[in-house]
Amino acid sequence: MRYIPHTEEDVRQMLETIGVGSVEELFETIPEKVRLGRSLEVPRPLSESELLLDFSRLAALNATPATYSSFLGGGAYNHFIPAVVDHLISRSEFYTAYTPYQPEISQGTLQAIFEYQTLICQLTGMDVANASMYDGASACAEGVLMAVRATRRRRILLSRALHPEYRGTVVSYCRYLNLDIVEVPVAADGRTDIEALGSLLDGESAALVVGYPNYFGIVEDLASLAQRVHGTGALLVAAVQEPVALGLLKSPGELGADIVVGEGQSFGIPPAFGGPYLGFFAARQKDVRSMPGRLVGETVDREGRRGFVLTLSTREQHIRREKATSNICSNEGLCALMATIFLSLLGKKGIRELAEQNFSKAAYARQKIGAVKGFSLPFGAPCFNEFVVESAEPVGEVLRRLENDGILGGIPLGKDYPEMGNRFLVCVTEQNARQEIDALAASLGEGGAM
Amino acid sequence: MRVGTSGLSLNEKLIFEHSDPGRTGYSLPKLDVPAAKLQEDLVREEVKGFPELSEVDVVRHFTRLSTWNYGVDSGFYPLGSCTMKYNPKVNETVARLPGFAWAHPATPPHLAQGALALMFALQEALAEISGFDAVTLVPAAGAHGELAGMLMIRAWHEAQGRPRTKVLIPDTAHGTNPATAALCGYDVVPVSSDGILTAETVRAAMDEDVAALMITNPNTLGLFESEIVEICEAVHEKGGMVYCDGANLNALLGIARPGDMGIDVMHFNLHKTFSTPHGGGGPGAGPVGVVEKLVPFLPAPWVVREGESYRLDEERPQSIGRLRAFHGNFGILVRAWAYIRTLGAEGLRHATEMAVLNANYIRARLEGTYHLPHTRRSLHEVVFSDRDLEGDCHTLDLAKRLIDYGYHPPTIYFPLVVKGAIMIEPTETESMEVLDEFCDAMLAIAREAREEPHKVKEAPRLTRVSRLDETAAARKPRLRWEEG
Repeated sequence: MRYIPHTEEDVRQMLETIGVGSVEELFETIPEKVRLGRSLEVPRPLSESELLLDFSRLAALNATPATYSSFLGGGAYNHFIPAVVDHLISRSEFYTAYTPYQPEISQGTLQAIFEYQTLICQLTGMDVANASMYDGASACAEGVLMAVRATRRRRILLSRALHPEYRGTVVSYCRYLNLDIVEVPVAADGRTDIEALGSLLDGESAALVVGYPNYFGIVEDLASLAQRVHGTGALLVAAVQEPVALGLLKSPGELGADIVVGEGQSFGIPPAFGGPYLGFFAARQKDVRSMPGRLVGETVDREGRRGFVLTLSTREQHIRREKATSNICSNEGLCALMATIFLSLLGKKGIRELAEQNFSKAAYARQKIGAVKGFSLPFGAPCFNEFVVESAEPVGEVLRRLENDGILGGIPLGKDYPEMGNRFLVCVTEQNARQEIDALAASLGEGGAM
Repeated sequence: MRVGTSGLSLNEKLIFEHSDPGRTGYSLPKLDVPAAKLQEDLVREEVKGFPELSEVDVVRHFTRLSTWNYGVDSGFYPLGSCTMKYNPKVNETVARLPGFAWAHPATPPHLAQGALALMFALQEALAEISGFDAVTLVPAAGAHGELAGMLMIRAWHEAQGRPRTKVLIPDTAHGTNPATAALCGYDVVPVSSDGILTAETVRAAMDEDVAALMITNPNTLGLFESEIVEICEAVHEKGGMVYCDGANLNALLGIARPGDMGIDVMHFNLHKTFSTPHGGGGPGAGPVGVVEKLVPFLPAPWVVREGESYRLDEERPQSIGRLRAFHGNFGILVRAWAYIRTLGAEGLRHATEMAVLNANYIRARLEGTYHLPHTRRSLHEVVFSDRDLEGDCHTLDLAKRLIDYGYHPPTIYFPLVVKGAIMIEPTETESMEVLDEFCDAMLAIAREAREEPHKVKEAPRLTRVSRLDETAAARKPRLRWEEG
């Protein structure tokens, strides 16, 4: 076994030093009755070349943007990743290190996280950001729990236009904490219904959670929502499922959000069939001590040199145990590094240009699809790089037809929104060339017999 | 030969301090559709403070930062309970195959059969390795798996008509255990153990308000809980469930299975036992195995096979629901499956045997010098204390001095039940030669503590920074760079 260096002679010498006659004896404290007493039934071992072949065959069975024109979004996005990102995270001093518990030999990870925290603050318009959470959905649930701690209230309002899996995750995390979770309906233009919100908000409400952009790709009117929510002493939690939008849209912090959570996958992390991704989490300075997750802070060493350490750990489970602000331990450190490298490459100009390209491409696709007979755009509010399409023909048939033309046309909405059985969600990024968009519209039009 | 030495280390500013207006490090294709304009009141100013750098600047910056780190590829990393084994390179290669890396999670299942087949096979293999009836791959890390497991236990009790109120947790447990129990609405009742837990202690603490016992086996002292069967019986007699923290599964592969011991739920740490890299703090993956009666409560989604094809099942009425978006940390699952496929049954068992041999070898070489508070046979890790360290040197000093010798320190001050704990887990991927050099360093430091304690107390001296002021960092937190 090439990962295990022991020779027979090594084993013999080691057993002698230990003072036992066999490796078997080392397991003497495990009672006979719980011993397995047989070999595990797992597939036979593969050599490295066999493994590569086997995995390549499995991988080839999956559709990707190289084999299909893809318009899939819905919380995971097909963005370009510069070659630099993978080269740098493949430095094994980064990826084979553990959590930076020993700062003197972890300054690389610690400084990179400090830079990551700064980039997230700048992008979201917030004061402090943590070192990462599992993904956008779990960060959203942690944001809700923080709002409950901060307000000592028990009512949570979730916009129905918030990503359905984020809503589901919030519900699961809160299930046994005696919280009251209320859904705020969607208005006709695709935004959270601010009038309905008015009647649901009360003095017991801890927070309203909305997507920015929301699940339908629509830009919520955060400023008005913040004003309404703050009027009753509740907090506004903005959940950003497509953070490229923040290169163009006003930051949630600037518009009055109290907690900003989101999914960082768009920043240099491949879609990878759903993970690993990057939950980001940002808040106001005054609330820093009730934040979940690890934080890196600046300090000095004995000679006064700048250095970085994990800090404010009295909030965390390894110190506070059951009174901790979260149970999180491992986070998504390497994904945070990917985002840091990606954003460093893009910089001020790149993030804006990337956002503008996504916005322009989606606007073009909307216009093209809106002009196809049998298809319409039900929501009127401004959107970023995703939008909802309504079809006269059953959605399943439309998408199957597109598939035959080599196009993954979008995500059907009927599963999560039964009232939207005739709608689907289309995402367009900088990766979709004009010809692809034209082909999508043309392919939709071929069902024109309807 | 002593491993640790000094060498040229390059200074590097913060990325923001490198910024030079006008530089760019990216290229996008020319916009091939008309530029659209978003209504003015929604548009932000430029992102204030974002850096402006060339590609070369960025590459050099992060390459320099990487040299300030210590990873498993740099050297021995005996961090107890973290199982810092070698991270095989071919696993990195297969995880990056375009068909895995670029598959979108919302791909229709018939166009994602390769990914789903891999997940299904991994579910089955982990169930076989652990002795459970079913496995979910959804959780993103160990603590996330704990949450999934404890939510299922709570949901099961609720379905029986009574949720119960308390969870028993031994004093040797990881901090995530009590934090998770609290997140499920339970009160935590600590139970003390003297090295190992007895069925008698558990029986005395059990009543019909106890929903579960959370146990780690082998425990965080590296000792097998020999009364595990009787402990599980004591919990089951009162209608409770047993949760096992699977952080230490590397001691059991092919030898014994938690599912056969009476345990009802256990999470795996694929980033420990199954060789996936820790990434400087993640991403990991924390699949969970359960007994039959908990299968209806598994989180969404679950991969099922129908004939020759696979699909994601989300329509399970008693499921605890979603714990994250999408299906799991798939990229990590690919690596873990590559590891299992490379080792096979014999290789997995051999890994465990050599991990246990290595821990016992370190113990044998150090126990005359370092105080060993629990003398029962160790499995995959061994816990010493700093009691016998002289010269007013303590565990922290030892840890920092080990850095000068070229090693990542062991886990320190954990488990909490050992004062000044030094928790050493070598894993199976280290040779006798490496262990000998490490033990020589440990013995040399004990001698230094006696004869030249200042060397130990001033350590580390060879690193680019010396001990950092953590108190100052917490008192006036500076958590981001500010312009000017």
